[in-house]
Amino acid sequence: MKVGSQTIKFKNTPKILETSSIVGKKEKEGPLGNYFDITNEDIFFGKDTFEKAESEMMSECINNLLSKANVDVSSIDNIFAGDLLNQCIASGYTIRDLQIPFLGLYGACSTFVESTLLSSIFVDGGYANKVIAATSSHFCSAERQFRLPLEHGNQKTPTAQVTVTGSGSCLIVQKDFSTTNDAYITYATPGKIVDYGIKDMTNMGGAMAPAAFNTIYTHLEDTGRKPDYYDAIITGDLGVLGSEILVEQFKNEGMDISNIHKDCGVLIFDDNSQDTHCGGSGCGCMASVFSGYFFKQLKEKKLNKILIVATGALMSPLAIQQGESIPCIAHAVAIENEV
Amino acid sequence: MDMILEYICVFITGGIICLIGQFLIDKTKLTAARILVIFVVMGVILTAIGVYEPIVKFGKAGATVPISGFGYLLANGVKEAVDEMGFLGIFVGGVKACSAGIAAAITFGFLASLCSKPTIK
Amino acid sequence: MSSNIKMTNEEYSDYVDSKAKKSPIFKNFVLAFIVGGIICVIGQVICNISMYFGLDEKSAATVTSIVLIFLGAFLTAINVYWRIGKFAGAGSAVPITGFSNSIVAPAIEFKLDGYILGLGANMFKVAGPVLVYGVATSVGVGFIYWIIKMFFM
Repeated sequence: MKVGSQTIKFKNTPKILETSSIVGKKEKEGPLGNYFDITNEDIFFGKDTFEKAESEMMSECINNLLSKANVDVSSIDNIFAGDLLNQCIASGYTIRDLQIPFLGLYGACSTFVESTLLSSIFVDGGYANKVIAATSSHFCSAERQFRLPLEHGNQKTPTAQVTVTGSGSCLIVQKDFSTTNDAYITYATPGKIVDYGIKDMTNMGGAMAPAAFNTIYTHLEDTGRKPDYYDAIITGDLGVLGSEILVEQFKNEGMDISNIHKDCGVLIFDDNSQDTHCGGSGCGCMASVFSGYFFKQLKEKKLNKILIVATGALMSPLAIQQGESIPCIAHAVAIENEV
Repeated sequence: MDMILEYICVFITGGIICLIGQFLIDKTKLTAARILVIFVVMGVILTAIGVYEPIVKFGKAGATVPISGFGYLLANGVKEAVDEMGFLGIFVGGVKACSAGIAAAITFGFLASLCSKPTIK
Repeated sequence: MSSNIKMTNEEYSDYVDSKAKKSPIFKNFVLAFIVGGIICVIGQVICNISMYFGLDEKSAATVTSIVLIFLGAFLTAINVYWRIGKFAGAGSAVPITGFSNSIVAPAIEFKLDGYILGLGANMFKVAGPVLVYGVATSVGVGFIYWIIKMFFM
């Protein structure tokens, strides 16, 4: 059911049954290191290229999800997945081996919420009973895609962010499946593309903050909720700078979200000891932090109502070379323990 | 004593050229690749109009080791080749003068890639 | 639209710039100066040693280039040069060792995609523009020099 200008209210409130997360070495050493299900010290994940490593990582993540939830791969109706690589090859090659009907997505770093949102719609509408939403990103394959070679000696600007090596996935099922009674998906707000003309690829947080603002603001308007309805409003990878802008813009609108706003990119690394500048980024950032950390907080009832908002920068290095600015998007999904 | 003075001149010249590069990185929105292109082109032009030669006389390796020194080699090479061969020298001179550098970079780059694997920062 | 931040693109861009943490300029400048200077001094040492062993000035300069390019390649291969680059910025990017680094780094990385279309095609991905514009400018300079020589000398 549509409410307001662009928000979906789920009639049947599908729920997140289980999540799974996997990260690399640097994320393991970060403040949230102990929350992730699997970590791998080997940046190649036993493969010979970074692209294959990313596929392997996502594959391990999904297999772990299936075994944690104790469901058979053949019982999964659909999988929505995406990553940052050209033609979404990390997802494509992973799911080739799984033989699940696959719908590939590209929403840059917003893909995790985009896939959760679409999975929820499939389940809510009764078109599927079990759907997986998964995304991944890998530092090295993303550097190849967007920046300079790894061994090249250059300085990152203070606004730069570090792509998270990680993957996260969640299994979305019908409300009455099994006995768990938490983590229901109640609302979803797909975002519009917002572009404030930022052209600096090393300042993603600054570019994406207006998109996050737009989606969150619209969501609150559509649902008639106040920000403090939520225990936490969690953004994907705005980083230190983007978060600061978001909070300040809400303050200008008379809403103080400074206590409830959390950003996965800020949480996953510690800039002082890990030299990560503005924090983490990438599809795997929100995927692994939500799956590894926030979902557990929901289960333990430390958080009961959260809004997850993943932001994505929909540019390519080619478009930037051609003088384009960075179009940004944010999607939001509300997850609540009680309905 | 002369030697120490020589090294001081080298250090200061090289340092200043790199400092100009850092200034361009931090103060303009130019990317590193563009800055290196500017340096090499400026090296060629400044040599051609006779400005770079005195800097090389003063700073020695301090002026030839930075990438602008690559431009210095190119410009001097093309000048000498035109003197020797006339018109053909226009095309022969530049690359010939820096052929050792290019061949070395390709060779060592190839060898390095054979024995090294990319690793994470 | 009511749900957007109420700023024009220019205002927003200035606002973001005012919020962004600035690069530590003074520190960057000092490090670039010192590291750049040191690399050049190393070059001079190599040059002087070569001349001590009887090479003429031109050959000594060539040897210097080759040795520095080797050092740049070696430090890149053992995963050290990017650390220097992060620390010194232009101080290690502008000297010829940085040129070497910008050729070796893509070579190492694109090797994973195969030797011909990976390594071979991408080796000059970063350093290519330097060669293109360096050589093109030198041809232009050569042409002007040739004309001046023909008609005015």
